[in-house]
Amino acid sequence: MVKEKECVAMLLAGGEGRRLGFLTKELAKPAVPFGGKYRIIDFTLSNCTNSGIYTVGVLTQYKPLILNSHLGIGIPWDLDRKEGGLTILPPFVQEKGGKWYRGTANAVFQNLYFIEQHRPRYVLILSGDHIYKMDYSLMLKYHKEKEADVTIAVIEVPWKEASRFGVLNTDGDGRIIQFAEKPKQPLSNLASMGVYLFNRRILGKYLKKDDKNPLSRNDFGGDVIPLMLHEGCRMYAYRFYGYWKDVGTVESLWEANMDLLEPEPALKLDDHSWRIYTVNPSQPPQLLTATASVEQSLVSEGCTVAGTVRHSVLFTGVRVGEGSLIEDAVIMPYVRIGRNVQVKRAIIDENTVIKDGCRIYDDRTGAAPQIILVEENMIIQENTFINS
Amino acid sequence: MKDVMGVINVSSKSGDLLGALTGPRCIASVPFGSKYRLVDFVLSSMANSGMQNVAVFTREKYRSLMDHLGSGRSWDLSRKQDGLIILPPHTLDAPSLPDFDLNSFFAHRDYFDRSSQKTVVVAAANIVCNIAFKEAVRYHQEKGAEITVFYSERVAAAGGMPRLCLELDERGRVLAITEKEKQPENSSILLEIYILSKNLLLELAEKNLHNGGTDLLTGVIMPNLRRFKVYAYLLERYTAVIDTIELYYRHSMELLQREIWEELFFFPGLIHTKIKDEPPTRYLKGSSVTNSLLANGCIVGGTVENSILFRGVKVQPGAYIKDSIVMQKCEIGTGAVLNRVILDKDVCVSPGQTVSGTAELPLVAEKRKII
Repeated sequence: MVKEKECVAMLLAGGEGRRLGFLTKELAKPAVPFGGKYRIIDFTLSNCTNSGIYTVGVLTQYKPLILNSHLGIGIPWDLDRKEGGLTILPPFVQEKGGKWYRGTANAVFQNLYFIEQHRPRYVLILSGDHIYKMDYSLMLKYHKEKEADVTIAVIEVPWKEASRFGVLNTDGDGRIIQFAEKPKQPLSNLASMGVYLFNRRILGKYLKKDDKNPLSRNDFGGDVIPLMLHEGCRMYAYRFYGYWKDVGTVESLWEANMDLLEPEPALKLDDHSWRIYTVNPSQPPQLLTATASVEQSLVSEGCTVAGTVRHSVLFTGVRVGEGSLIEDAVIMPYVRIGRNVQVKRAIIDENTVIKDGCRIYDDRTGAAPQIILVEENMIIQENTFINS
Repeated sequence: MKDVMGVINVSSKSGDLLGALTGPRCIASVPFGSKYRLVDFVLSSMANSGMQNVAVFTREKYRSLMDHLGSGRSWDLSRKQDGLIILPPHTLDAPSLPDFDLNSFFAHRDYFDRSSQKTVVVAAANIVCNIAFKEAVRYHQEKGAEITVFYSERVAAAGGMPRLCLELDERGRVLAITEKEKQPENSSILLEIYILSKNLLLELAEKNLHNGGTDLLTGVIMPNLRRFKVYAYLLERYTAVIDTIELYYRHSMELLQREIWEELFFFPGLIHTKIKDEPPTRYLKGSSVTNSLLANGCIVGGTVENSILFRGVKVQPGAYIKDSIVMQKCEIGTGAVLNRVILDKDVCVSPGQTVSGTAELPLVAEKRKII
């Protein structure tokens, strides 16, 4: 018999991340590299294990190959377990034919059997698209105190951005009284982080109800949460005050990487009490040669730097040749940069080779300079100038 | 390579070779090269060569070694069948048996008997190299050798440290092994890596028991070069034997040469080590780091030249590190100056302090010292 678990996490990792352009050509958004050695999903997975949640279902759909091989059986996050652990849950075929996951709620609905198997009291719904460090056990404590049916983690966002999120209003006790998914006129700047903690029975009930509604798009924020509010469920908002970033666009991905370079970054990666785990590539230590100059940067193992690196993030195995200047840039794993290259405000995707003398930056005057994105596995020939 | 097993022998004679560095630990777990322990090189070579069964024979001070090796997962040796095994002294036989490597092998003969492999590679733990054992085993078989010993023409002649030099015939058979205080340039220096059949190894171990046992090299191979067909296999890649503090320092510093960094760490396979989950190293505004090797997890605000920093080292702004080796989690305060020193793990250098070694000998600060 399977031991009862208090809480099971369902991690939605099927996102396509269309606004990330080339970066998600070959992989799902949660697998996009971040922060010099991680992938986006590492943050949520590490949060789970650091919060004591050891049963995690990862729902995959879009281009899962790289994501699947990254996840493996969950070893880096200590989620390889006899009881529970990490389980990858792709769409599957049943007696009446197979179905793709139609929306976030539908994805979980199709895997209710997985949740039932573990018979948890609570189910945590997570998204693999966000960068943040959060102790879910505190949220669970709050959820129990409030005797809530569902608790939604919320964070204050700037008013001008509020219409990108699900926003809500609460009463003095934190109970949700209004909720609107991506409203044109935001009624609040408290945004849902896409982190929902449900009582298992309530979740099952409303997912079944939602599935029967032919007009539903089967989305948690768009359909299930409004329906529950309408029917008077006990719904509470749990305030989160730390760093949280939705890295849905090239600009926000670049920005989130740059945030790590602040003198006192809001997201601390070197906090030993809340480590972020990832797959270790067994690369040798980084070598800075006699001509190297590196400041305000993150550099990972396997890199060799002979040039100048300022305010940039260098992922595993990057080579920077002599006389080159890397500034305000994110250089993804195993990129080779030759001599006398200049890269500014750019993201260079995995395995690309940039030969000697290339210049990659937006040189147009007037408007704010654009972030330049160079696709993966490219070979940029000598002295090429890329400015858009 | 399914039929070849590996034995890493952490010799009892290596107990205090590296002074303060081997105070709290055996030679196999001495930190080396910014993120590794010495044993990682031979062990990774064995695993990368496809060996599925590796035993690490230890005698003393092996707590840190066991912690480092764990289940062997980092080397892909956490297996249901075979995998990595650590063999400390056998309590039943050991007290009565003098401390020779063949006696340790004999004491653990059950392990050999239960292993299905027929060929054994025996290697010392203090050899820094990246070896394709497959080629060496093929050489051993092609020559019809009973014992194959490894040698290198690139091993550094340590000042005053005698080395065993080989004399070979044109087919590669070993004619003589002689100890030389001073070795001429490019001489063939024996490395403590041997290939032989498991049966021969066990037979030698048992046969020598009656006179108290002996070591494989000095007691069996060296006096019996006529009796056994002993061939020599040339290891052409970068090789370092770490058996004095001078050599430890010198070979560490060699890793700063880009050609050696490239040669040692990537081919024929990557060198694996215990995973620590450190974030990338963070360089602060005003930092200046040149000609240095750094592991992940460091925070560097000061100046670092010709030095090696291990995981999680903190260098405060205004600190100056030159020609030094700074191990895991050391903290170097503002205005502190390090020149030719080796700091063991968790050493804290207070702001403004100056610590220097001499041109002949780097200064070694032991684990957890506060300066």
